[in-house]
Amino acid sequence: MNSTMRKTKNLLARTALMALMIPGAAMAASTSDWPMEPMKPNLQDLPSLQNGWRLYVNYCLGCHSLAYQRYERTADDLSVPHEIALEQLVFTGQKIGEQMTNAMPEDLAKQWFGAPPPDLTMVARIRGTEWLYNYLKTFYIDDSRPFGVNNKVFPNVGMPNVMAELQGVQRSDCVQMPKLAANGGEMRDPLTGAPVTEERCGQLVVDEGTGLFTEEEFDQAVYDIVNFLYYTGEPSRLERHRTGVFVILFLVILYVFTFLLGREFQKDVK
Amino acid sequence: MADQSAGNSGKMVKAWTEFMGWMDERFPLTETFEYHMSKYYAPKNFNFWYYFGVLSMVVLVIQLLTGIWLTMKYSPATAFASVEYIMRDVEYGWLLRYLHSTGASAFFVVVYLHMFRGMMYGSYRKPRELLWIIGMAIFAVLIIEGFAGYLLPWGNMSFWAGQVIVSLVGAIPVIGPDLMEWVRGDFLMSDITLNRFFALHVIALPLILVMLVFVHIVALHHVGSNNPDGVEIKKHKDENGIPLDGIQFHPYYTIGHDLPAIALFLIFFCAVVFFAPEMGGYFIEKPNFEAANPLKTPEHIAPVWYYTPFYAMLRAATFPLFGIPAKFWGFVVMAGAIVIPFALPWLDRSPVKSIRYKGVLSKFMLGLFVVTFFVLGYLGTIAPSPVATLIAQIGTAIYFAYFVLMPWYTRVEKTKPVPDRITVSH
Repeated sequence: MNSTMRKTKNLLARTALMALMIPGAAMAASTSDWPMEPMKPNLQDLPSLQNGWRLYVNYCLGCHSLAYQRYERTADDLSVPHEIALEQLVFTGQKIGEQMTNAMPEDLAKQWFGAPPPDLTMVARIRGTEWLYNYLKTFYIDDSRPFGVNNKVFPNVGMPNVMAELQGVQRSDCVQMPKLAANGGEMRDPLTGAPVTEERCGQLVVDEGTGLFTEEEFDQAVYDIVNFLYYTGEPSRLERHRTGVFVILFLVILYVFTFLLGREFQKDVK
Repeated sequence: MADQSAGNSGKMVKAWTEFMGWMDERFPLTETFEYHMSKYYAPKNFNFWYYFGVLSMVVLVIQLLTGIWLTMKYSPATAFASVEYIMRDVEYGWLLRYLHSTGASAFFVVVYLHMFRGMMYGSYRKPRELLWIIGMAIFAVLIIEGFAGYLLPWGNMSFWAGQVIVSLVGAIPVIGPDLMEWVRGDFLMSDITLNRFFALHVIALPLILVMLVFVHIVALHHVGSNNPDGVEIKKHKDENGIPLDGIQFHPYYTIGHDLPAIALFLIFFCAVVFFAPEMGGYFIEKPNFEAANPLKTPEHIAPVWYYTPFYAMLRAATFPLFGIPAKFWGFVVMAGAIVIPFALPWLDRSPVKSIRYKGVLSKFMLGLFVVTFFVLGYLGTIAPSPVATLIAQIGTAIYFAYFVLMPWYTRVEKTKPVPDRITVSH
């Protein structure tokens, strides 16, 4: 067996292995028992939404389109002047009135990731903001995966950790943590008063100094992206709430008058 | 001045009288209005349960109007994207869409309550058998209409729910597979299927629905309304032939009773439209925010809440019979559950109409029926498990027992004496 043949055979075997593995990755069940941190979106927080948009076009849009949402509508809703939006946020040479699409060919994307990266316009309505927030924060090093990372919330996901440079290198390790008493408080040694710790595995730890952001900064960045996706899920949400208040007020007044009118008529009925 | 305005209004009245005279010679306008409104005498003891007929009409109008405007913007060729276009790019498109999607759920809320009222007070009994059957036909058409409409956003749940329901046809022995292909118009769920459901949803079924509602009201006004006591007000009339216990439908029920109720209903309705249109995933299901994908089955396929009692009964059939697969029997059970209430007028053998005067057995069975309906509704929303399936099977048995045993338990029980005339509590 010469080396070329061996190489070809090796390649075939690896391709077959990848073919078996990756679709499984993309289709893997999205449920896990990872304890979720809460995430409460805030559509009034324009700086957060603007920053979320900025981060999205820089880190996400290359693969994940927002094909139902237009640049113009987003700029108007988020109070970003059109010139600045075109200059800073439209990397595709598109016009302001166009939707946020990308150039990723679906068939090739499927080969690369096992499944084409989904459009994320409404992902916050499908997954919920809490899920997204925790998902984006829980990528960790796992050499058994094609991209070298795995995820706590979406195990065996096909997506690489695109924000690793911001977060730094995160690992799933065994760490000493305060032991919890039955009442939920931290256990202390009855003699010394020192906290009692226990080793817990599967905890996420970031290698210090490996990321551009501190932990707080990174949390805020993820919050902003998820907040932005909450906005794109339903851009009319604030208008809906605003209009709703007036509609309900009108109907309450209408009810009072129709009730009084009706009562006058009912007086006739004995 | 005063003389002049009196003269003016006198002229106006004269012109109006002349116009109506002209009209009535050519079209029975006054006669129709009097027959159905101002001289239609309804029992004066209507209670809370009598709001849901008129509210069904209100919701029907909401659905028709919002539906017309949605059709102007929706395109089955780009179904999913066109719904998002309506949600984002069309002025107040989100409002039209949420009014329509909330309207679908509201329709079933008010119709279920309206039907329950009929069951409670025996409104299906002679001479209202046909009225009940027309009403049941409306319900049956509404089920198909709702299903066809549910497909139109072409989200992933639309696709898979459509796939599941259409494939039921395929379980019919011998002709099933060919019939399924005929219904779908294709070898798999496709644009062809979507387009035909669009046609059914916006033209064929609404047309039938509106005609049936019209006939429902004509039949109602012919036989007269039942009431919580289940006594006929036409038995006691004054010297002018007016029922003693009746009042003019207009204005006493239209303005005195229904108008405030409509306003109150709209408060609740709009609260959902503006503040909780998804209703926690029950009115608009989460997987439906993802475009239809034949390669990606949702983790758990469930219909919208208003079909879940019937869906639970469909899934309760788990074993094949006579060499025919369980799926077909599930279909038969589900269809049977929708068809069997048609027979109510002939299943109820009680000497009295209203639950107020029926015996303990009838009251118990109706209560059990309601609880079972809710339990089945809940089971239809969750993923199947052996326990859930067993409960669904028991629930299905109770559902059918309510109807099948009715000739027996309505005859053997001891009923209370029915008053000669209606009882008014206020």
